Amino acid sequence: MIAEEKYVFTSSTKSKIIYLALTGFILFGLGVFMAMRSTDHKGEGHASGEISTNLVASNEDAAGHTEEHTQAVEHHGSPVWLKRIYTSLWQNNIFFAGIGIIGLFFIAIQYASQAGWSAPIKRIPLAIGHWIPFSGILMLVLWFLVKGDLFHWTHSNLYVEGGKDFDEIIKGKSTFFFWPLAAGSFPLFYVFRMILFFALWYLFFTMIKKHMLEEDTDGGNEHWYSMRKLSAIFLIIFAVSSSVSAWDWVMSIDTHWFSTMFGWYVFASWWVTGLATITLIIVYLKSAGYLTVVTANHLHDLGKFVFAFSIFWTYIWFCQFLLIYYANIPEETVYFYQRMRVAPYSWIFFANVFLNFVLPFLLLMTRDAKRHISMLKVVCPIVIIGHWFDFYNMVTPGVMQGNGGIGFLEIGLGLVFMSAFLYVVLSSLTKFPLVAKNHPFMSESMHHHI
Amino acid sequence: MNTKNYLVGIYNDEDVLLQAVENIRGKGIKIEEVYSPFPVHGLDDALGYKRSRLPIAAFLFGMTGTSLALLMQIWMLGFDWPMIIGGKNHVSLPPFIPVTFEMTVLFSALGMVATFLIVSDMKPYRWPKSFDLRSTDDKHVMAIDLGSNHLSKEEISSVLKSTGAEEVNEKNL
Repeated sequence: MIAEEKYVFTSSTKSKIIYLALTGFILFGLGVFMAMRSTDHKGEGHASGEISTNLVASNEDAAGHTEEHTQAVEHHGSPVWLKRIYTSLWQNNIFFAGIGIIGLFFIAIQYASQAGWSAPIKRIPLAIGHWIPFSGILMLVLWFLVKGDLFHWTHSNLYVEGGKDFDEIIKGKSTFFFWPLAAGSFPLFYVFRMILFFALWYLFFTMIKKHMLEEDTDGGNEHWYSMRKLSAIFLIIFAVSSSVSAWDWVMSIDTHWFSTMFGWYVFASWWVTGLATITLIIVYLKSAGYLTVVTANHLHDLGKFVFAFSIFWTYIWFCQFLLIYYANIPEETVYFYQRMRVAPYSWIFFANVFLNFVLPFLLLMTRDAKRHISMLKVVCPIVIIGHWFDFYNMVTPGVMQGNGGIGFLEIGLGLVFMSAFLYVVLSSLTKFPLVAKNHPFMSESMHHHI
Repeated sequence: MNTKNYLVGIYNDEDVLLQAVENIRGKGIKIEEVYSPFPVHGLDDALGYKRSRLPIAAFLFGMTGTSLALLMQIWMLGFDWPMIIGGKNHVSLPPFIPVTFEMTVLFSALGMVATFLIVSDMKPYRWPKSFDLRSTDDKHVMAIDLGSNHLSKEEISSVLKSTGAEEVNEKNL
């Protein structure tokens, strides 16, 4: 029998996280200051904005609506520096919300597939899942803050028939946002979905958590069976809600554009980031002397997960890219045109494939690499940072056009979010034993050998 | 063909077998091979087998496939018979990726199968040697090459018996 193991959130770890947050805030402040100065003094940002307008307008013949779209963005809205803050806030919250929900998704996959190997590590994704309510509240609050600047479709003048801003394409999509209210009023359906998804995710999270912790005291197989049932139901709900939330929160920024791969694309990015985060936390706990039951065999499985789903992400990424590239329809290619030809997105676009495919693929290919803590400590941060850039490139170009930037502001906010996330996750980790006590598969997992 | 002189120990239980393998190897006797009707956990480690180098072969075959696929497409579509497809350049990477991927998989899969068959001596018309047919039914069979051990036949035989072998037979293959 394993002795009860509890994580201690030491004050030195706490102060490290607080220093990280402070660094983030300072960088953020510096970034805001620099962004305000650069837009106040010279038209540098404006000039690149014009380039992008021209780029988009060059597609105008085939897709006349893009011009209206760009001009609408140019005409109204917050100053560039504020837009940058909004975009960065939104991007970070979607990124970290994804990691949080993947904590629950990972647990659900393990129970639904009746996996034995993962019995001693399920408490780490459980702790990660504690981020769900925070990200949900942030998402709702942020949405009302950023909607005017990020979500072009929220402007009511687009729906006035005969008006100069009338947009037939967006009008056609309005039911999806505004139902049952009139187009251009309050997007009831959209906000309802956002609340509903977070509520459902949180509900299933609390139910599964309750069973997991009760199993420690009660024993027996009943809790395991209930969790398997809950997990199966949650997976069905998540299959739908993850796709719809990807359309809502990310794809609707580029309102005219759509891709049928997008739900999968966002999910793949979330999933591999979540796996890398789970692995990284386990690896760090292990090198701090916790989780003695976790052997190289468990690390091997986690490493395989990160390796496999890096390839899966690339597959989805390429499926989306190849079809649009090959068909070459202007209203679709405009999305990649912006991302491949406009600075700073172009270098991120290619760095993205390098960080999220080439590096993990080559570094994690051998068996030894997946079994050794030192290699996982290199690859997992690469994957996490790579996907942070991935989300940057999903969110920013549609909002900022040619005025986008990546600097202290974005990195600082990323650090602030990361430290908040880590603080929540690590402090939840102290509230229950690190290893399940009466998990029916614990013995199987301890003999796990690959 | 040269035949070798083997001593064959028959074991009934896998726990006894695992213990026996450790004891026999501990005495410095080299075991040529152990045949079992089902996979025995920990037997590879007990026998001190090195990990298979098949993944390296797979990687090399895969790389061969990747390069051949790219060369083939660049030569065909770029030089031998250039065609304009969808207004793209003759040599453009994205459309080549699916074919390259498939060729990589095909080459590494077929190459691995071929390597495995050759390494395991399972070429056509080369029937594998069988020390005791019961290893396909209900017995674990341990083969010891007398030529590669310096202990005498009687000494090894008594060691096999003492570790729980039900029978010890001699076989020339």
